[in-house]
Amino acid sequence: MIGDVQPTTPSLDVRAVRYAYPDGHVALHGVDLTVPRGGRVALLGPNGAGKTTLVLHLNGILTPTEGTVSVGGLTVTPDRATLGEVRRRVGIVFQDPDDQLFLPTVAEDVAFGPANLGLRGPELAARVDEALAAVGMSEHRDRAPHHLSFGQRRRVAVATVLAMHPEILVLDEPSSNLDPASRRELSQILQSLPVTVLMVTHDLPYALELCPRSVILDTGRIVADGPTPDLLADGDLMAAHRLELPFGFDPTFAASRRL
Amino acid sequence: MGAGHGHVLYRESASPVHRLPPEVKIVAMVVFTVAVVATPREAFWAFGGYALLVAAVAALARVGPGWLLRRAMIELPFVLFAVALPFLGTGERVAVAGLHLSVEGLYGSWNILAKGTLGVLASLLLAATTTSRDLIVGLDRLRCPQVLTQIATFMLRYLDVLIGEARRMRVARISRGDDPRFLWQLRGFAAGIGALFLRAFERGERVYLAMLSRGYTGRMPAVWQGAGAATTGQWLVAATVPVVAAAIAATAVVLT
Repeated sequence: MIGDVQPTTPSLDVRAVRYAYPDGHVALHGVDLTVPRGGRVALLGPNGAGKTTLVLHLNGILTPTEGTVSVGGLTVTPDRATLGEVRRRVGIVFQDPDDQLFLPTVAEDVAFGPANLGLRGPELAARVDEALAAVGMSEHRDRAPHHLSFGQRRRVAVATVLAMHPEILVLDEPSSNLDPASRRELSQILQSLPVTVLMVTHDLPYALELCPRSVILDTGRIVADGPTPDLLADGDLMAAHRLELPFGFDPTFAASRRL
Repeated sequence: MGAGHGHVLYRESASPVHRLPPEVKIVAMVVFTVAVVATPREAFWAFGGYALLVAAVAALARVGPGWLLRRAMIELPFVLFAVALPFLGTGERVAVAGLHLSVEGLYGSWNILAKGTLGVLASLLLAATTTSRDLIVGLDRLRCPQVLTQIATFMLRYLDVLIGEARRMRVARISRGDDPRFLWQLRGFAAGIGALFLRAFERGERVYLAMLSRGYTGRMPAVWQGAGAATTGQWLVAATVPVVAAAIAATAVVLT
């Protein structure tokens, strides 16, 4: 962090997390990452950098070999009660919405998370309505997920997580497989949400559009952390970590246009 | 990908049969089928009565005979055996159009055909008036073990996904010069099944991971079976069909 003063506990605090897979392969070599409440951070890096491994640490699906992960001040430990609360606070939207949406109707799927938190009746219905409204999918609540377009399914997947009122929204490749219009719609929705966002992506223009700050993860280490326009404009840094901008894309120009 | 295609068996409508809660329809269908199966095969009039009942329900549900009969073709492979019975049967023989047919075989054949067709028609009516989603809700309300309804739920959700994957894999095979003729297709098809199984397995793992991330602890939260369960009135309305069927069956048993 570049001298940021934080008024509250950060939404996400990853300290010196090291992780080795059971076969001995070390995926994370001491990762430090802090995301302040309300911040939007892009996690960039080439394939195999350890991005997904890191994401699975955030809600305790993987347990670090060394180091700690805290979410809104709560340290992730493998006991049941903590895990339950951590999984409420960390909302992960997986890359393939078909993995996330497993129930026969949209509304049931959005209700699944809050129902697991013990909500019932009108309270549960309110959560579902609120989450679907936030992603503009209210009118599709009784449809089957496989009858929706891919972009709509991605939005419902975001809603399933929003319904749990997460502290931080973690998106794995949110723009993948979306057509340009769905991509823009999703970015508008994400910008309108008052939550902390950590976005794992290869889509650098999308990172620039949505996240003022980016971190680059490569071979299990955070190798850069700074304002997204600065990182994307640093040609040597980008080339060193197999990151490439789309043809003809000028991050400095795009950033100046956005502001 | 699979967007906006219709149902094979379900027929959208607002008929009184459609509006009945799924659990009463399931029970009615099962009792009806049991009554049909319990009827002695010699009681021809009874089967006429059942056929009338089916026709009445179909009319109420606004399901046309053409629609029903076309889908009833599914029983053909099963009743094919019935056609052979009069020729294979032993015992007393009777001459019909120059053929010496076994009486026992003829009865057996009729038994399979009549009961099979009535059972299939009743199931088709249930499927035509109830979405697969409601069927599962109905089974759930009938206290069907949760493991079974969960498996059915997942099947319902992922069948289309799997079919889509299989179709894409087939197109990819054909695009690389695989010969799509039936027997020649088998080798590629068999290999595809293996790949499909692996994909399904991996997907299962990812779905489970996504469920865990939303606080799944091994039990489905029972939130959507509460509302809209059948009232006594609806049970009584739906009971007419199985009660009449049971009365016919009982009379037939007594008379023969």
